[in-house]
Amino acid sequence: MTAMDLQQAAIKPVDEATLRSALSAQGRPRRPHAFSASLTLAWRALLKLRHSPMQLFDVTMFPIMMTLMFTFLFGGAIAGSVGEYVQFLIPGISVMTVAMISMYTAMGLSTDIAKGIFDRFRSLSFWRPAVLVGALLGDAVRYSLAALVVFVLGFILGFRPGGGIIGMMAALAIMLIFAFSLSWIWTMIGLLIRTPESVMMVTSMASFPLTFASNIFVDPQTMPQWLQVVVWINPVSHATTAVRGLMHGTAASGDIVAALIACAALIVIFAPLTMYFYNTKNAR
Amino acid sequence: MESFAVERSAVPSTEYAIEVTNLRKSFGKVEVLKGLNLQVQRGSLLALLGPNGAGKTTTIRILSTLIRPDSGSVRVFGHDVVHAADAVRRRVSLTGQFASVDDDLTGFENLVLVARLLGFSWRQAKTRATELLNAFGLEEASDRLVKHYSGGMRRRLDIAASIVISPDILFLDEPTAGLDPRSRRYVWDIVRTLLNTGTTVLLTTQYLEEADQLADRIVIIDEGTVIADGTIGELKASVGSGSLHIRLRDPLRRPEAERIVAQSLKTAVTLESDPSALSAQVSDPELVASTLTNLSRAGVIVNDFSLGQPSLDDVFLALTGQPAEDQNTVKEVVQ
Repeated sequence: MTAMDLQQAAIKPVDEATLRSALSAQGRPRRPHAFSASLTLAWRALLKLRHSPMQLFDVTMFPIMMTLMFTFLFGGAIAGSVGEYVQFLIPGISVMTVAMISMYTAMGLSTDIAKGIFDRFRSLSFWRPAVLVGALLGDAVRYSLAALVVFVLGFILGFRPGGGIIGMMAALAIMLIFAFSLSWIWTMIGLLIRTPESVMMVTSMASFPLTFASNIFVDPQTMPQWLQVVVWINPVSHATTAVRGLMHGTAASGDIVAALIACAALIVIFAPLTMYFYNTKNAR
Repeated sequence: MESFAVERSAVPSTEYAIEVTNLRKSFGKVEVLKGLNLQVQRGSLLALLGPNGAGKTTTIRILSTLIRPDSGSVRVFGHDVVHAADAVRRRVSLTGQFASVDDDLTGFENLVLVARLLGFSWRQAKTRATELLNAFGLEEASDRLVKHYSGGMRRRLDIAASIVISPDILFLDEPTAGLDPRSRRYVWDIVRTLLNTGTTVLLTTQYLEEADQLADRIVIIDEGTVIADGTIGELKASVGSGSLHIRLRDPLRRPEAERIVAQSLKTAVTLESDPSALSAQVSDPELVASTLTNLSRAGVIVNDFSLGQPSLDDVFLALTGQPAEDQNTVKEVVQ
């Protein structure tokens, strides 16, 4: 059926009786629970993924590109051999991948605002953070997929995690929690900046120092003192340390606690700010 | 339909569904609303007319709690839009100027989404979505992505999404802007049915015809204040019964025709940009016949003439002394 046929077929006179009965359905259900509203919006995010699977392209290509590039370009120089470096790099590059992908949440939000569906959401009376929480939950699928791509590629390149399956699963859990926490920064930017294009620009600008000034690629011991401080403050470093430890089965409980504290700090600072801007968007 | 646990909230009873007093709103240095007053009776349809930039959209966005007023009192069923925003949200529904539907989902998914966010169970949401798609003649398009919909279909889906729960008030912001005549009529039919079921409707429009078709009462705003408020009959009476448009065979005879028409109708004549056309306001339709006779006696040949209903332009001309601003040159301040 062509688009034209579809339009012709779809326009027919209003059937007053059907319309009346549809309109007279009275009664209003209770306001949805916060969890149920979030799940519904996560469902929406997954539907979009299903309708345009191309979105998964960068989720898979980006980690493959980064892993190959860093392993073969710098592996020898940094760790003496590619095989050695892979053991160090894979955990870090998985964290970097989910951190980068979490930026798409902000893009999506910004697109919603530009389009008008945002007005629909805001004029309904459900738990407001659900729009963001739902989008972030939906993104968990992308994060997991991207992480899986890195794991498999790493394995092919000779990555042999000492933590086994359990270690990998625990590492994945930390990565998801971290990506969720980090997303609040991007969604805040998404609310503050007007067009999806500029959101993309600002978030990618921000993501470079965030990922490179960390312990993802190299051990910070060789860095100047001031940079070591930056690396230590950077939440990405704490997440990377925990993920690396869990994958290799050498994680100290302190590392995991530090990563969780970094995540909590991100949420405590940025979630309220994001919600504030969400609630006052256009209302000022 | 299944029965729901119905939540009731105490509602201060008022005669008016909407009461706006001395509403002001500025965006930066631009004062968009300068002391707007408005009352809408329960169960009626009020049309808010005005050119772009008059403040129509801003008013509707304030009424639907999307933006806050700077000052003034805005009550919807007695609830204050600032202090009782949630109570207002539960009773109103908005169909914005830009369709508030998700392009990347199907029509069915869009309605399920809204129903779920209103608190329906998955099963109820799907039932309701199907019911609405059928009622709006969209059943065949239900599994298509909305980005492939025509303007009219998208608009209908948008209205359907607004009435997943029948609202007490529906706000329609230029519901037929950019639609072809058939889709426009379809939307009008939907609005009439809504009115028949007791919904109060506030719609904004730039078309007097649309207001004429639907509205119980019309409020005309310009530059952030109300310049006229009345029934369609009252407004038309204020501008006379209409205007006479004449096109001459010979443009050179226009000055002569102008003089004759002005004398016969005892009113000022407007010379149109078309060199052979002229028009004038008519207070008494009886005079039209003698005007045409006088032209014919003077040997001025009239190619065609029409006695039209006053247009929004005529109303504006009568009320403000200037025509409604060019719709394409003035952009409405939305942000």
